[in-house]
Amino acid sequence: MKELNELIIECKELAFDLNFSRAKEWKKNNPAGVVVGYMPIYFPREILHAAGALPVGIFGGGDRKQIIKGDAYYQSYICHIPRSIIELALDKHTEHFDGYIFPSICDVIRNLSGTFKQQKIGKFVKYMDFPQNFLPEIGGVFYQQEMQHVLEYVKSINGKEVTSDDLNHSIELYNKNRKLIDFIYEIRQEYPWRLGIDDVYHIIRAGTVIPVEEHNEILEQVCAHIQNDIGEPQDKIKVVISGAFCEQPAIGLIRAIEEAGCYVVDDDYMLGSRMILGDIDSNTENPLEAIANSYIKQSQYSSSIYDVHNPKENRLANIVNMRGADGVIFASASFCDPSLLDAPIFQNAFDRMGIRYIAFQFSENINQFKVIKEQVGAFSDSIKLWEDEPVTVE
Amino acid sequence: MAKEAQKEKSMILQKEMVEGLFNQLATAKEDGKKVCYTFIPGNLSELIRTFDMLPVYPEINALQSAMRKKSGGYIKEAEKNAHSEDVCTYVKCDVGMMMKGNIGPTGQKIPEPDVLLLSYTGCFTFLKWFETLKREYPNAKVIMVHTPYQENAEITPEMTQYMVKQLKEEVIPQMEEVSGIKFDEEKLKAHLRLSKEAEDWITKIFDTTKHKPSPIDAYFAGVYYIGPINIGFRGTEQAVEYYKELYSEIQDRIKNGLGPITPEGEMKEEKYRLVVEGPPNWTSFREFWKIFYDMGAVIVASSYTKVGGVYDMGWRHDANRPLESLAEYCMNCYTNMNIPQRIDLLSKCIEDYDADGYVTNSIKSCNSFSAGQLGMMREIEDRLEVPVGFIESDLVDPRYFSYSNIKNRLESYFQMLAQRKSMEKETV
Ligand code: SF4
Ligand code: SF4
Repeated sequence: MKELNELIIECKELAFDLNFSRAKEWKKNNPAGVVVGYMPIYFPREILHAAGALPVGIFGGGDRKQIIKGDAYYQSYICHIPRSIIELALDKHTEHFDGYIFPSICDVIRNLSGTFKQQKIGKFVKYMDFPQNFLPEIGGVFYQQEMQHVLEYVKSINGKEVTSDDLNHSIELYNKNRKLIDFIYEIRQEYPWRLGIDDVYHIIRAGTVIPVEEHNEILEQVCAHIQNDIGEPQDKIKVVISGAFCEQPAIGLIRAIEEAGCYVVDDDYMLGSRMILGDIDSNTENPLEAIANSYIKQSQYSSSIYDVHNPKENRLANIVNMRGADGVIFASASFCDPSLLDAPIFQNAFDRMGIRYIAFQFSENINQFKVIKEQVGAFSDSIKLWEDEPVTVE
Repeated sequence: MAKEAQKEKSMILQKEMVEGLFNQLATAKEDGKKVCYTFIPGNLSELIRTFDMLPVYPEINALQSAMRKKSGGYIKEAEKNAHSEDVCTYVKCDVGMMMKGNIGPTGQKIPEPDVLLLSYTGCFTFLKWFETLKREYPNAKVIMVHTPYQENAEITPEMTQYMVKQLKEEVIPQMEEVSGIKFDEEKLKAHLRLSKEAEDWITKIFDTTKHKPSPIDAYFAGVYYIGPINIGFRGTEQAVEYYKELYSEIQDRIKNGLGPITPEGEMKEEKYRLVVEGPPNWTSFREFWKIFYDMGAVIVASSYTKVGGVYDMGWRHDANRPLESLAEYCMNCYTNMNIPQRIDLLSKCIEDYDADGYVTNSIKSCNSFSAGQLGMMREIEDRLEVPVGFIESDLVDPRYFSYSNIKNRLESYFQMLAQRKSMEKETV
């Protein structure tokens, strides 16, 4: 077993390797292998794995990619991530990718899929329309057709016919992956000092760019380490982060929130890796149906899923309770419609429920966050010192 | 130019239709009429009418508020209530209007919805908008219709089937429940036949810009022309009558060699023919338009007039396939088309209408339109070697309409067009 530090260093390198070198290496060793990039938030990676493809998460260039061409594609009042994604593609960081999947999360990602098509980037570009109808016989069937469409694209490259056994096996691997990630969050709920949130972030993000089998091995080792009584508890409040599900904050900001006095006991940074709650049936004749039903019936709330029958404010409030958190930090990427349009819904509800919160905006490329750190620090202090004082929100 | 705006018969007809609708809305509750809030792109007008419901279009309220200079205040009201500065201003204007008593454009109160019919097409914000409204109107029934995006530049049978199933198994039963009216397919078909007729007329109307000079402005006047077909009159005799009348008025203009009517009368000389991508600014609509007509620029086609349906490629509602055609209609609205399709469509407009240039009005708060527009512009420029112009404004937030900025940019653009034209002349 590797040392925890060693694992974290490994994951750090993988998570922010904008050349996606592990995928390159994988392809070299698997000449028939197909590398498929997917954008946030969620994609059922199981089907790509079963089809002999390596799913690779593309979560933007963060603060590590200078934008030169991307600004010519996106106006200043559009979030940052599409410009860094197009920059990565045009600068050939992803030239070993065969295809690209754009899950339906917002108009920006949707239209970016069209720009990729227009630029003829990759062998296929698929905008994956997730159902907003939540009846298995209607929305579920449509979703299965969408997945089938992806499988056909992969098959057109590697000729592989996917069987139920292939799919069931892949489902099992990803079930395990989610279970291990959940375990990390469970431990952190009680003992958040054992592993910093930035380390958790690196570990989970690394899993989006390497084969799931390898990631499961890393996770198993991490889980073993954090069962030990390591680290020193500090006087910090516990918070849940919400709203940063697509464009990712710079790692410095993720770290700064904990440094400023808030243990992050839950978050939606890498929501896609945790989207499905619990296991997907891996012993079925119709695995695509099982995957579709899991999305319809057991997915986490998200700003991209119409929530009218299952209000997101109640779901986030439940997470706060379950984690024993003292408050919520709403962190939205600047100009991120889904996140910002949800803000009044959450905040009005939390005012009524008496859940404390603060809100701020970030951009993936900005790594100066003195003001945010102060705001978070004040939030933490106000909860620690003046329990009864309401927190004012900018 | 004459200083007085001329009132044509079609304008009067339209005014009567709109006023009639708002009057009906004002007394809807007393009259026992059910009220259905819905959006323009992918609106299921014919179905709403089949259940005798009255439609309310929040976008229309927002743009009307802007034209009446009220949107700025409404937006501020919403922003005081945690709405971000950076999101779609239609939503904030609507929310602000609601917070201020929901008084509509005619000064009458708009009734609360019985149904929130979200046939959301081409824009994610619609989804968030109705999530917001649902919390304000907890008693309203929410009916959701998911319209798949034309991601691969096509409408596949699976996509249509998915929508038809939603219509059959979710939308229609719930509309029956709210309205207390049983679904009558024959009634729907009758509306669809009238829709087709109106669509034929509106296509002919927008096709008249092939004439030189163009008898109409397909953007600034076009936004009025699409009113009836988009705000609940599609599928009615009234709409057909309006479009017939409008067409005949335009024919008269063609016979007389007249250009478009502007708020200051007739445009005397057509210097430039343009295609415009993106919605207009509503808060300073007149000033915005004036910059164009003062320069002799007429818009011969625009993408905005296609948000409520793309008819110029031949698609029509079809009474023989009622639910399928409602489904196809939703999928066939402009912002539900992928970026390459949008480029192709606009390129075709530039060619068919012999445009001299292409202008993008990029709306700050509308990602559905704006994300991808810069790439579209470059592609069109490369493909057709046509001069392209780019301006930025907002729909209903007066803070983002900078007159001098837009005017300066457009003036430089028109200079470029003028140079190009004189070079072309020299070459000839
Ligand atoms: S950051 Fe928000 S607006 Fe931007 S692409 Fe992601 S979800 Fe869409
Ligand atoms: S974002 Fe654009 S298309 Fe969507 S509701 Fe707002 S103005 Fe309409």
